[in-house]
Amino acid sequence: MKLNVNGKSHEVDVEDDMPLLWVLRDELGITDVKYGCGIAQCGACTVHVDGVAVRSCQLAAGDVDGNVTTIEGLGSPSALHAVQEAWIEHQVAQCGYCQSGQIMQAASFLDLNGEPNDEQIDQAMSGNLCRCGTYPRIRAAIKTAATKLQGA
Amino acid sequence: MGRLKTIARRSFLVGSAAILGGVAFGTYLVKRDPDNPLIASARAGDAVFNPWVKINAEGITLVTPHTDLGQGAASMQAMLIAEELDVELNQISTTPGVPAGAYYNTALAAEAVPFRSNDDSFAAEAMRSTMGAVMKVLGAQVTGGSTSVPDSFDKLRMAGAVARETLKAAAAAETGIEAALLKTEAGAVVLPDGVRIAYTDLADRAAELEPVTDVTLRDPSQWRLIGKQVERLDVVAKSTGTQTYGIDLKLDGMVHASVRMNPRKGAALQGFDATAAQGMRGVSQIVGLPYGVAVIADNTWRAFRALEEIEYDWARAPYPAEQETHWAEVAASFTPERLDKEWRHDGDVDAALEGAEVIEAEYRAPYVAHQPLEPLNAMALVTADRVDIWVAHQIPGFVEQRVAKRLGMETEQVFLHNQYAGGSFGHRLEFDNVDVVVDVAREVMGTPVKLTFSREEDFAQDYNRQIGMGRGRGAHADGKVTVLDLDIATVSSSRSQSGRLGAPVPGPDTQIAAGAWNMRYAVPDLRVRAYAVPELAPTSSWRSVGASTAGFFAESFLDELIHAAGADPMEERLRLTNDPDARAVLEAVAEMSNWGSPLGPRQGRGVALVTSFGVPTAEVVQVTDTDDGIKIDHVWVAAEVGRVVDPVTFENVVAGGVIWGLGHAMNSEITYSDGRAEQDNYHFAEGMRMHQCPIIEVRGLENNPAIRGVGEPPVPPAAPALANAIFAATGKRLREMPFFHTVDFV
Repeated sequence: MKLNVNGKSHEVDVEDDMPLLWVLRDELGITDVKYGCGIAQCGACTVHVDGVAVRSCQLAAGDVDGNVTTIEGLGSPSALHAVQEAWIEHQVAQCGYCQSGQIMQAASFLDLNGEPNDEQIDQAMSGNLCRCGTYPRIRAAIKTAATKLQGA
Repeated sequence: MGRLKTIARRSFLVGSAAILGGVAFGTYLVKRDPDNPLIASARAGDAVFNPWVKINAEGITLVTPHTDLGQGAASMQAMLIAEELDVELNQISTTPGVPAGAYYNTALAAEAVPFRSNDDSFAAEAMRSTMGAVMKVLGAQVTGGSTSVPDSFDKLRMAGAVARETLKAAAAAETGIEAALLKTEAGAVVLPDGVRIAYTDLADRAAELEPVTDVTLRDPSQWRLIGKQVERLDVVAKSTGTQTYGIDLKLDGMVHASVRMNPRKGAALQGFDATAAQGMRGVSQIVGLPYGVAVIADNTWRAFRALEEIEYDWARAPYPAEQETHWAEVAASFTPERLDKEWRHDGDVDAALEGAEVIEAEYRAPYVAHQPLEPLNAMALVTADRVDIWVAHQIPGFVEQRVAKRLGMETEQVFLHNQYAGGSFGHRLEFDNVDVVVDVAREVMGTPVKLTFSREEDFAQDYNRQIGMGRGRGAHADGKVTVLDLDIATVSSSRSQSGRLGAPVPGPDTQIAAGAWNMRYAVPDLRVRAYAVPELAPTSSWRSVGASTAGFFAESFLDELIHAAGADPMEERLRLTNDPDARAVLEAVAEMSNWGSPLGPRQGRGVALVTSFGVPTAEVVQVTDTDDGIKIDHVWVAAEVGRVVDPVTFENVVAGGVIWGLGHAMNSEITYSDGRAEQDNYHFAEGMRMHQCPIIEVRGLENNPAIRGVGEPPVPPAAPALANAIFAATGKRLREMPFFHTVDFV
């Protein structure tokens, strides 16, 4: 089957029910997307399909019907996305393992809601687990990112 | 302006390296310092000043042997070296280095001795220095016990200073200008006329010299980095998906593997039927092991799936199968036979309680899983005469020894490549992933094997936090707490852990009553006794270890006595405090939280003070009892750490510790049924999510000269401060974690 990931087309030969997560990580070697729980409880595997955040551990390869973006497609160290800039300014990460998923979730959320209040942020982000407890900085970074995106 | 001169000088330096020659040079270094692990891999032109600093023409490399688990250890270690070396953080690269005795942890030894951390008596100091000597002999390079900062603070600044002064000596030798007239800045020696010679250009010459060891550490007023807002070295990588963790490694020809071990932890596999898994797509090998089955495949998901198709015949658990029996065993352990140690007895508790109106209460703390977000994993490549293993581990040297023993090889043939960890919280002190990956990789020698645990397998194989109970008796008079008698019974996670390492710890377990017996209060009649529950399910160090349970018992029961006495929880604690550091952290949170100011309806504040790992930490929690359940509004925390080295990471890690303490006290436990942990993924044991996270304000105090680490100390006060706040808001006393059994949270 064909998959478009980060603007690049890939031909992959996998079972229809292999989760997108494992196609990306073990077939295509794109490991910026993380395995955390496998049952959509942690959000570490969050990617975008046509710009919308999805849990790639729950999306079967055969059901992918759009362009896939992982965090390296969102922005890179030399060309940061506004959400990544905010994450760096606030020095959000501790271990950092959840942050790819947090950033992808936040970017998709801010695309739908450019001026979120605290409650909306909590609601949108509560599916993304951070075991280190960086939530206060994630909240602050999302507000900064919202401002950056408004100005953009 | 010095550009031309620098270039001219570089060609001179290259010439001098050629004269000296590489090989002979290496031999000379070995003779000079056999303890420096950088020498073995040093090439011509490498100046390896000490085990932490290597400079050559290509660049400056700093070794950061404390494993980065997310606590910012790599950045902090680099910062300490860079402070004295006079380099900017964007001029260096870091490496965890190789496991070596040179990196033994001196600070951990200090915490292992049974003296209060503020006890500087001769006996305490003598014991600490003896333990330091033992650790040195063992060469234990451990990341844990909140010791990365205290272990590194002097050592790494000294390493930077030695390298700096040696580079100045090299520049002096080059230029004929005496070293005292030279300055250093941003990775260069600066001559009196302003000409700069880059360290990288001086490496050759510096490598010829004996390191200048007569150095003085700078006065804090001169620090450029320590205590300043600095960007963490890994923050860009961790915001762009470019940080590589062990689970992300790729090697040519690598195969994927996963494992199912007996979920009755520690028991054997009696038999299995893999018929249904054979021939599944991508599955190349099914490996029967004494304790389980591993599947080798071309994709991790295919390995997971094949494991589900195998039928297993598991042996019975070596501990009670049902949770009630675990609790019964704990409850039966408050006996003279199981008394591990009476840690403290001030006054005469028995006499004081006689005839008094005695207040009694019993508390419970369950097993809790570690479950950092990066699942256990490891990569290994086994060949006939060499083993390479890639894994994030808190005791890297032990990994090499263990692998060597398992394969009948010499430790020198095993090469550990330590990795950045996606969290740990004590999880990566154990060896299951190491053992399994080696057992699998030896079946396919010459092929790198990447092993990944499923989340469910990780839960099943976790060595959880110790289970325990506390029983308090106490009394008050004239509005004051007068008697506090606390008995604590837990399984010994220290013995469980060290037993698996084959290195039993003699004497009492310092952790069972940690955070309770060392309470910095002068209650007239005060006794704390620890009882050791015999091993049940195996346990291990969980962020803050004993203090996470004993601190909850102690500060909850004290709060009950204070309320019974009719006193104010903050004022009475301040009155009882017998120690200036403890008083200062209490006063800090009282001020930060505006303690005593009016609250809204159904609101309450609670306070707790627990000292663990030498850090007195006070927390105030404010809650509202809403119609949807308890909402945690705000937390204020103050900790005495001697010196805040990296203020950004400090704030982040302390807030994270509060969240860890609160979230698990509210939401998480592991219970056993049929010998298995009943909780197998995050929906049953998630700690805290964002919607429950309060506003957290952090303050680090720097009153005491002792430098302390802060990874663990914010955890223990969180649970009792929350329980005390909920009592203040609702009148309901929470004596059992997790609290969700008793109250609802929003």
